[in-house]
Amino acid sequence: MQHTIPTGETGPCGEKMAEAVAACVHCGFCLPTCPTYQQLGEEMDSPRGRIFLMKEVLEGGLPVDAAAPYIDRCLGCLSCATACPSGVAYGELITSYRTRAENVRRRTFSQKLLRKLILKTLPYPGRFHLAATGGRLVRPIARLLPRQLATMLALIPGSFPRKEPLPECMPAKGKRRGRVALLAGCAQQVLAPQINVATLRVLAENGIEVVVPRDQGCCGALAAHTGAGKEARAAAKHNINVFPRDVDAIITNAAGCGSGLHEYPLWLAGEPEQEAAGHFAARTVDICQYLHDVGFRPPPPLTTPLPVAYHDACHLAHAQGVRSAPRALLESIGNVQLCELADAEICCGSAGSYSIEQPEIALQLGERKARAIIATGAQMVVTGNIGCLMQIESHLKRLSHPIPILHTIQLIDRAYRAEG
Amino acid sequence: MHDPFLQALGGIVPEERLLLGQAELLPYESDGLTAFRAKPRAVVLAESAEEVIQIVKTCHAHDVPFLARGSGTSLSGGSVPVEDGVVIALNRMNNILDYCPIFRSMVIEPGVITAQVTQRASEDGLYYAPDPSSGPVCTVGGNVAFNSGGAHCLKYGMTSNHILALKVVLPDGEVTTFGTASLEGVGPDLTGMFVGSEGLFGIALEITVRLLPVAETFYTVIAAYDTLERAGKAVAMLVASGLLPGAIEIMDRLVMEAAHAAVGVEYPSRAEAVLIVELEGPTEEVAEEKVQLQQILKESGAFEINPAKNEQERLMIWKGRKSAFSAAGRLSPDFIVQDGVVPRSRLGEALVEIQKISNKYNIRVANVFHAGDGNLHPLILYDGRQAGLYERAEECATEIMRLCIALGGSITGEHGVGLEKLVFLKEMYGPEDTLFMHRIRDAVDSARLANRGKMLASAEAPALFSHGLHPLEKQGIIFRN
Repeated sequence: MQHTIPTGETGPCGEKMAEAVAACVHCGFCLPTCPTYQQLGEEMDSPRGRIFLMKEVLEGGLPVDAAAPYIDRCLGCLSCATACPSGVAYGELITSYRTRAENVRRRTFSQKLLRKLILKTLPYPGRFHLAATGGRLVRPIARLLPRQLATMLALIPGSFPRKEPLPECMPAKGKRRGRVALLAGCAQQVLAPQINVATLRVLAENGIEVVVPRDQGCCGALAAHTGAGKEARAAAKHNINVFPRDVDAIITNAAGCGSGLHEYPLWLAGEPEQEAAGHFAARTVDICQYLHDVGFRPPPPLTTPLPVAYHDACHLAHAQGVRSAPRALLESIGNVQLCELADAEICCGSAGSYSIEQPEIALQLGERKARAIIATGAQMVVTGNIGCLMQIESHLKRLSHPIPILHTIQLIDRAYRAEG
Repeated sequence: MHDPFLQALGGIVPEERLLLGQAELLPYESDGLTAFRAKPRAVVLAESAEEVIQIVKTCHAHDVPFLARGSGTSLSGGSVPVEDGVVIALNRMNNILDYCPIFRSMVIEPGVITAQVTQRASEDGLYYAPDPSSGPVCTVGGNVAFNSGGAHCLKYGMTSNHILALKVVLPDGEVTTFGTASLEGVGPDLTGMFVGSEGLFGIALEITVRLLPVAETFYTVIAAYDTLERAGKAVAMLVASGLLPGAIEIMDRLVMEAAHAAVGVEYPSRAEAVLIVELEGPTEEVAEEKVQLQQILKESGAFEINPAKNEQERLMIWKGRKSAFSAAGRLSPDFIVQDGVVPRSRLGEALVEIQKISNKYNIRVANVFHAGDGNLHPLILYDGRQAGLYERAEECATEIMRLCIALGGSITGEHGVGLEKLVFLKEMYGPEDTLFMHRIRDAVDSARLANRGKMLASAEAPALFSHGLHPLEKQGIIFRN
């Protein structure tokens, strides 16, 4: 598509945004895979519609606030990027655009407050724990609070699992085949610390030594995807500094964080750390992909057959292209029967802080995903992202089908442990 | 809202389904042909046939032009809004109203996605034959308006061969039905007249489609050639042999590169062109034809013949082929998708001439087409940011169109006339033919409200391409990007 975006005046990512717009041929192949277009049925809420709107704003023909409702409704699931025959880098476009738009757009007081609340608590395990405990106390008066705040409170689990302090280094079992560093994630450490413990054990089981850098912080994805560029850049710079360079890989076990790390070169475009960010991103790999690539030692078979539904986290499948590795690992466990979901490429509606900011759409998508899972008859759900895990768990419960749900690595860990 | 017309629309649909704001209208300004854009006065998201009827009646009463839009995938500008008119979006009307596997028919709303018809029927071993490359996106309503084709219309015909009956709202708001649930209709073929009328005769509200049983066996090969011309001649040989494959397609090197980048299909490395041939039918029949096909391909100079080893490989071949137009975005920042037809016996000749035209204008032309029915789709690649290149690309496209007419072909195989081919319709048909078409149109829509400005523009409409601004452009109603 032709454009007149003044790339010189649109920041360090101006050229990248313009390239994405130019690559779009407006063919519409993105429409059927876009969750918001499917739910809302209007062009403004489709990828090509949003590209049109972003283009107009960047060209100066449309006020940023006029486009905002539609840009805000994008889940950032990148299903469209998978479907696009023309190779539009939609993720780069919308992340860069959101950062740029944030500086000029107007937000209401309550929007600002909610945004602050999300960005100042979720990425910090300590604060998150504290805020959630406080949140639970005010839940009885939730009805008196603004809608989005009430949604946020409803999402807080009844109780948190016990904290699991992670060792600074977990040695390999047997002969050491590799050495990696683990990104522990922030919300995940509070909501499901067992995932990291399982990750360490499975890696050790496969002869991989793991270091967990003490000073690591939030990956910054939450900030980047809501337009908080400054916070995202700070997070990226911090992690690039504190992660060791003498490891084979930086392992992520939350899809959202993994795709965030891969975006560091984009966030730091034009900064002195851009090159280092490129190296950092190149070494980042999802846990399942890493295990698959280094040669995975299959656990013993389960004692009884178990139909398992595997849910593709968008930021694994669409953002990082990781689809077959987790399936291959799971299939290597005897008695695991993988079930494929209908409309597997469609987002579950979790999408970072989306379920708080756009509760109605998140609810529709969550319910739809839960129904697709129930239809498979699976007795367990596994996925590679903490956000999806919480979202799906709550929707399965709402539909009175509390099918147990685990991170992929937890099921693998269980299989090893049954080995004794 | 002081505009009485908009007020009337507001009485038909709730506020949130009547789009009037700048940000809401912008994404509806163009379709799959981004070279043209126009601002609609309003977009109405219709959810029922009754609403569509009321909207059309209101437009008629206020003398406001309107057009229907499905998924907005038209490649000829068929769903570009015109003259401050109303866009009636039908994508939410996507219900299957009735499905009768025994009679092999389905009644659907116009917003049903084409591929979903087959999806629904597949459990009974049935499918809907027309397969435009945008099948997973486009709507049957749009296919009806443009008589869409696709790779397999070589054997099975276009959309018009698969529409049994239609319930439509005419441009004045009158509701009527054409055709019957069976193929044996009596009287003039009004269904046939409506299909392919590009929205000029009104809007389809209910569509009865014909379903076919899925073939027992498929045999799909990729044959590699060292020149495009040789691949073109192979098609003439295949056709002359009496074989009737389900599809015969050609892709040239550039298109193979784009499709490879888009979906990862591998093509023979030294091939300048490949022919995709698909045989289908009863197993015994295909087994016989397979031998004959291989023989012909060898004789035609194919240096490599690769059959799909399994269903997955077969689907990959088609995925690569069907992504071609959109994938062209990887070859060039801008491109024009052309759609012309030449007699199959003159395919090789046409391809040589197209190459000459490409050299003359120094503009790259990629070729991908439904070779079996002579339907060419040259992709004219240019960089619109460079001064003068858009004009040069247009001239190149124009010359290719004139070549199709000169060789005894047609200006459109399946994309329709829309906005893009307005000028060529007059070159292909004489004044009497054109006048006749206008008379039929006026008999149905004397106010010329339905999709005004498309296909049959005013009789005096000058060339859109090469003779300066279109009158609508001069008025600032449509403009080129």
